[in-house]
Amino acid sequence: MVNRIVTGAHYGLRDWLMQRVSAVVMALYALYICGWLLWNTPSGYAAWTALFSGDVMRSFTLLTLLAVFFHAWVGVRDIVMDYVKPAGVRLVLHVLVILTLMLYAIWSVQILWGI
Amino acid sequence: MDNNRPKFLDLRQIRLPLPGLVSILHRVSGALLFLALPLLLWMLQQSLRSHETYSDLAGVLRYPAVKIFLLIILWAFLHHFCAGIRFLAIDADAGVRLGRARASGKWVLAVSLALSLLLGVRLW
Repeated sequence: MVNRIVTGAHYGLRDWLMQRVSAVVMALYALYICGWLLWNTPSGYAAWTALFSGDVMRSFTLLTLLAVFFHAWVGVRDIVMDYVKPAGVRLVLHVLVILTLMLYAIWSVQILWGI
Repeated sequence: MDNNRPKFLDLRQIRLPLPGLVSILHRVSGALLFLALPLLLWMLQQSLRSHETYSDLAGVLRYPAVKIFLLIILWAFLHHFCAGIRFLAIDADAGVRLGRARASGKWVLAVSLALSLLLGVRLW
């Protein structure tokens, strides 16, 4: 019998796959931003906000930030599972990290659509 | 399972092989980046909000202590990026053999440090 616990891993391929898909999204975005910075140095406020004013770039940025938060969740969860043994403490840490990352996601929307 | 097997967990005496070093640094840099997230989001917000917040942020980023912090975050990002690409390649069955895994591990350490230095000198 498999002993399943709430604070354990999800015993599946899903998180493994999400970690890699989100990694590829972030890598593409990072290369794009690096390329932009290489072409546009030194860029002022006007050029910087112009970059983020289009809906495509805003969506790409939000998608990347969501990928960051998902990626961070899987990574931090792995770290917590490796080093924190008591189930109660582990659960509290997991919930705190999830809530924090959800707040970051809301914050990201405010940042990008508040320009 | 034999629970009486000897344990050797003196961290000061464990000598990690090079791929192991790349792996634990991937974890350390990931944790650093997670902890830096609120500051990075705040910086993005300040840089986009208005002319005033943009130039205020530019002023803050001129402090040497802030530059050192950014340099550490930059290294964490570059190491995580390079090591991540190495892990993706290994997932795709490229460079799995020990010799090549060692060589690519060396490249990851060297390239991320070199890029950090290069960008660090430019940003300073």
